[in-house]
Amino acid sequence: MIEAFFNIEIMKAAWPIVLTGLWNTILLSLIVVPLGLFGGLILALLASIRHPLVRWPLMAWVDFFRAFPPLVLLVLLFAGLPFAGLELDGFACVAIAFFLNTGSYYGEIFRAGIDSVPGGQVEAARSTGLSRMQAMRYVVLPQAVRNVMPDLLSNTLEVVKLTSLGSVVAVPELLYEARQAQSITYNPTPIVMAAVIYFLLLWPLVRLLSRLENRALAGRR
Amino acid sequence: MTSHIVDARAIHKHFGTLHVLKGVDLKVNERELVFVIGPSGSGKSTLLRCLNRLEEPSSGSIVVDGIDMLDPKTDINHARRRIGMVFQSFNLYPHMTALGNVTLALRKVAGKGRAEAEALGRAALERVGLAERADHTPGQLSGGQQQRVAIARSIALEPRVMLFDEPTSALDPELVGSVLEVMRGLRESGMTMIVVSHEMGFARNAADRVVFMDDGLIVEQGPPAAIFETPSHERTRAFIGQIQRH
Repeated sequence: MIEAFFNIEIMKAAWPIVLTGLWNTILLSLIVVPLGLFGGLILALLASIRHPLVRWPLMAWVDFFRAFPPLVLLVLLFAGLPFAGLELDGFACVAIAFFLNTGSYYGEIFRAGIDSVPGGQVEAARSTGLSRMQAMRYVVLPQAVRNVMPDLLSNTLEVVKLTSLGSVVAVPELLYEARQAQSITYNPTPIVMAAVIYFLLLWPLVRLLSRLENRALAGRR
Repeated sequence: MTSHIVDARAIHKHFGTLHVLKGVDLKVNERELVFVIGPSGSGKSTLLRCLNRLEEPSSGSIVVDGIDMLDPKTDINHARRRIGMVFQSFNLYPHMTALGNVTLALRKVAGKGRAEAEALGRAALERVGLAERADHTPGQLSGGQQQRVAIARSIALEPRVMLFDEPTSALDPELVGSVLEVMRGLRESGMTMIVVSHEMGFARNAADRVVFMDDGLIVEQGPPAAIFETPSHERTRAFIGQIQRH
């Protein structure tokens, strides 16, 4: 058992490869999380324009990308787009797929946050001469983000986990590199390493999330 | 052109099938304190909210300090700076300190630098007796203090008119006095004020004129003594009677 899963020799040999994967996972997360947050914010701001011409297409967009499995979306972009004459590397496909998929999730969270801010806040801001955008930026959004912080964090956790999907389209992130190492060494130890690293990477976030959720509950009481 | 600082004519407001304002005229002189009273649902708050266009009137005309509030060419954000508004539920920004609440519009609308905005903000808090609470957040303040910060937020912009929408209705009775005290001070400094409120004692000794509204219309208006002692309409009499029994 220990030979198979916790082989020290293999760990030593695989470490540089797995480390490269870890850095790429961190890099990928640092790109797709802000991208998703940005896309989500735009969707939420558009949703705050309650015009039917904006609302219905927006709802269709968000529903579509929330219902569409991200793995299928990713494979479709990677394997399908070349047939449309557009060849993107795996990294670009992951960025686009995450922008579409996680952006829709972040968008719904931001929208709930904006809805949670009482209308009187906007009225007070507008009554002092702030424009609609200024009221949104200085009064509504700071409160909205604070109100949905646990949900934003929870979604971010999911997004970081989902970066492992990149391995399917040859993005050299943690899981991909671990599988490379596994296939070279004929031993599953590198996969175990990847699992442990994922855990160590995300566990602090999970702890932070629990604390935020507990505080939110205490605040409600 | 008009000599009145507020000149609203034939204001109608529909909410769907509900006809809330049925042709209201309201003219207010400079430095005047006008009290608007009436049963709930009479349209008094809606009228107030139409004056700074928080509510869009269905028809009519509103001129405040020479600015046509309903003209699409009017820069409404600029116009609103000159009209302060105080809300029943204070509506302070909970994520900012008292000073932050007061300086936001000074900085972002009036375009003041941070130092100047903070000096003006502290002066406004001083006027409502809360200079030492500048760094407190709304959650750390009593309801009366919150409402005074809300007044400071409005007066810091040096408005020409102040609108008060039931400013003391959400307050515990022992906190009402401090807010009325600030309003009295404002009146003495010559501020034009339109107040929707049930504080009849305050109306009696501070108002220049009392306007009684019912069912979307102004039923009668006059000096407080006349409205409270010798109302000429049956509906006014009934309302005053009800209020005074409490």
